[in-house]
Amino acid sequence: MSALSKNSRMKHIVIIGNGISGVTAARHIRKNSKNQITLVSGETPYFFSRTALMYVYMGHMEFKHTQPYENWFWAKNKIDLKQGFVNRIDTDNNCIIFEDNTSISYDQLVIASGSKINKFGWPGQDSKGVMGLYRKQDLEQLEQFAPNNQVCKRAVIVGGGLIGIELAEMLRSRNIPVTFLVREKSFWKEVLPDQESEMINRHIREHHVDLRLSTQLREIKTDASGQVISVIIEETGEEIFCDVVGLTAGVSPNIDFVKNSNIVTGRGIKVNRFLETNIANIYAIGDCAEQQEPMGERKAIEAVWYTGRMMGETLAQTICNHRTAYHPGHWFNSAKFFDIEYQTYGWVWAKPKENEARFYWEHKNGKMCIHLNYDKNTHTFIGINNFGMRMRHAFFDKVLTKKKSVAYVLARLSDANFDPEFYKKYALEIVSKFNQENNTSIQLKKKSWKRIFSEA
Amino acid sequence: MKSIQNIGLVIFLIGLSLFTGTIFTGSFHLSPSALDAFIIEKDYQNEIIETELTKAIVTDDPLTIFEFSHRVRHAYEVANTHYDSLISQYDAEKNWDKKGEQYPYKIYGKPHTLSFDLAKIAGKGYVKAHAGLMWMLTFGLGILGSLLFILPNLILLGKAGIKNDGIYLKASTNRGWIAWLVLIYLVSFYLLLYFMPDYVVNWTFIVDPISLFLNGGPASQWFVYGFLYCTIMVVMALRMYIKYRGNKYQVMRTTSVLFFQIVFAFLIPEIMTSLNMPGYDFKNAFPLDYDFFFDWNLDDLRNSGSIGLFILIWGIVLTLVIVPVMVYFFGKRWYCSWVCGCGGLAETLGDPYRQHSDKSLQAWKLERWLIHSVLIFSLVMTLVTLYCYFTGSPSFLGIHSQWIKDSYSFLIGAWFAGVIGTGFYPIFGNRVWCRFGCPLAAYMGIVQRFKSRFRITTNGGQCISCGNCSTYCEQGIDVRAYAQKGENIVRSSCVGCGICSAVCPRGVLKLENGPEKGRINPTDILLGNNIDLIQLVNKREK
Repeated sequence: MSALSKNSRMKHIVIIGNGISGVTAARHIRKNSKNQITLVSGETPYFFSRTALMYVYMGHMEFKHTQPYENWFWAKNKIDLKQGFVNRIDTDNNCIIFEDNTSISYDQLVIASGSKINKFGWPGQDSKGVMGLYRKQDLEQLEQFAPNNQVCKRAVIVGGGLIGIELAEMLRSRNIPVTFLVREKSFWKEVLPDQESEMINRHIREHHVDLRLSTQLREIKTDASGQVISVIIEETGEEIFCDVVGLTAGVSPNIDFVKNSNIVTGRGIKVNRFLETNIANIYAIGDCAEQQEPMGERKAIEAVWYTGRMMGETLAQTICNHRTAYHPGHWFNSAKFFDIEYQTYGWVWAKPKENEARFYWEHKNGKMCIHLNYDKNTHTFIGINNFGMRMRHAFFDKVLTKKKSVAYVLARLSDANFDPEFYKKYALEIVSKFNQENNTSIQLKKKSWKRIFSEA
Repeated sequence: MKSIQNIGLVIFLIGLSLFTGTIFTGSFHLSPSALDAFIIEKDYQNEIIETELTKAIVTDDPLTIFEFSHRVRHAYEVANTHYDSLISQYDAEKNWDKKGEQYPYKIYGKPHTLSFDLAKIAGKGYVKAHAGLMWMLTFGLGILGSLLFILPNLILLGKAGIKNDGIYLKASTNRGWIAWLVLIYLVSFYLLLYFMPDYVVNWTFIVDPISLFLNGGPASQWFVYGFLYCTIMVVMALRMYIKYRGNKYQVMRTTSVLFFQIVFAFLIPEIMTSLNMPGYDFKNAFPLDYDFFFDWNLDDLRNSGSIGLFILIWGIVLTLVIVPVMVYFFGKRWYCSWVCGCGGLAETLGDPYRQHSDKSLQAWKLERWLIHSVLIFSLVMTLVTLYCYFTGSPSFLGIHSQWIKDSYSFLIGAWFAGVIGTGFYPIFGNRVWCRFGCPLAAYMGIVQRFKSRFRITTNGGQCISCGNCSTYCEQGIDVRAYAQKGENIVRSSCVGCGICSAVCPRGVLKLENGPEKGRINPTDILLGNNIDLIQLVNKREK
């Protein structure tokens, strides 16, 4: 049977969630089939980039700029949009039921409902002025409770990860004093090695944030109207007066509406390598999916933009009759901590594993560094963290695939560099530091377009 | 710090008000001898104009420039009406010889230009008498106020980094009331400059001493414009240096446009004029320099000896060889955001408004129609002009040479490039002309799209679709649409300002000149996902 006739029978694909996972799936299903597609969301009618919400508050953009597609895009590509919150899924009758009791039936269902913020049962955690930074509604709340430093005289942020530091940056952009409570003894300690974490600690303080390390929240106090007035610190009992509390202690799968169905869930919706749930025609992708079997070094739940997109790309193939396993390539990620950009390719754990050796270089300005991870014995390159400096994804992807050595990477650092033109280059300094520490004689090669585009 | 800025703002506004206020000052009238000298110099055949002008402006009344202008234009009209009525009379009588004889008596040129030329010699008053002091009170206060406003940002903006906080929260940069006031001011400025230069003749008095020093003659309205242009670019370039001080590409680019504006567009032509050479801007390439092949320019160059010949050859080589070769190696950015004067103003004065370019697909369609139409318009105009120049015929292909030149100068030269191109900065962004109108940009765009080593490389799968790149693209390119698909950006309109790369929070974009192979890289699945597409395609074909 040809691909065309296979696809010619129209199926109704319903996708819950119009984030990056759901939208990517919808787009690729449309590319490869004529199936009817319905994209469901309660949060917003149109897809927007969640990671860009911070820039709206900071005044870099308007909300409409966070929408990657113009509004006509969906009708033109025959992707039906349905706004509403799903209440439950009736797997026996193949339909989803909304909060207003209307329902839609499906042939295949994709759950891409994303995450919700973690709350750990702190007293007062549902008060007015307490919010996460995840949904569009959170942004609207922040605008209401922290429009300026007259209304919000101080904000306290609880949780030392990526969203926490973004929220701090946002509030600082309006000159709102911020106290940042981090449970670990250093920022993003479970992910970053000591040196990088310490660099970011310094940078946070440089931006006049009151950073409190090894500090936990005991409770949130409110006034008679239920509005936040202060928080109490667990360790010291200190009371910090504030008008806004940001809860940024991570996220977890947003699957409450799935829980009373026949779909098997753990922390997230359990899926196999094909992103299939235990119900034949139901799939889960993105933040809400939990791999039954861990994949290599990856976590079972990866709440990352890139993995959500990859799952969307993959699942679309399966739905269009090319059953395809989810097979993410080499790990990569990126973030920005105030002014310091961060990228990572391959694995650089917070603590080196037994077989691993490390090389660390930091610029004297304390805002730029690279951290290489490689095998102690074979010298195979394992991963890189680069801060304040940009690196070429394609270069490291090839290096990791071909299992090249750390010396190979260092010799070609000029090829790998992705900083804008005329930026000062530090490759020579980095290589000579490595040579000095390791008694090697690696020679830095001149940047070569030929190498960049052919070998690696 | 903040209060220093506020003081600066007040000083700037005082300077601006005084500058604007000078328009209404001074008195204008001529002595009979001065008028005589003027008429002789102009070599008018018209027998009525002298009487009419004498009636109008040889007086002891202190006329304002507006009354003066009104009277001169009236005299002009009366003088021409007389011969126009004779022409139509002989026309009715089919007396062609007599009809033809009348034309030399008519006065050509714009009435406001005649008024400007007369006002230039007729003007008296405080501004003209105290040019130096007035310069301090207008330009001086404006510069001082601006610096007091801009320099504290070195501290206020904090450490180097992206400084876009609050852009969409301020009335000045968010199309608010301040932006509209700026628009009205800029549009009025251009309307006066292009169409009613006599109204702003007082401005020329302020810079007369500078003009005298540089080129030996009094200042025209174009000298005022050129001087103001350079001043604004210098001041706003300081702002750029502070805002983008963490970004070496931006710093170098800003320095480059500043250098080419001051040296090539301003100083060299002025000095050439003082040496009795044609004042030529060596970087201004045809067809942006649309009157390069106009008959008056060709005559001027032919009468200027070897330097004229050199300019003629240089101008042709610049457009036919240097421009495309440079675009091949570096993209059109080498011109648009490193050399060009229009680009220079857009990247300095216009930087606060770059986010207002329209990113819709609709706007892109309009852009392609409009800019290529202007290119064709300019080429047709030049073809007609050259044909008529060499054959002496008044028209070619049924197109009247003078008519098409006048139309282009008015519609494209004045309205599109000036009034709309710059006047609308605060609302439509800083590159309206460069994106929708510039014929040189259209030409370079075609080269850049099809035969160039330049591209903006997308860094694998790192894009998070945040939209900063698209928002701050002054050319209205939806950069994100490519970046989020892992595709390089290869667009004819890209001027390579490098801001998309600067504002990207994830290190996704890099302006590069590399091999043509692999420059355009349509992607299906982004880097980082190991779906075996080859296998997939094979499976589908089974």
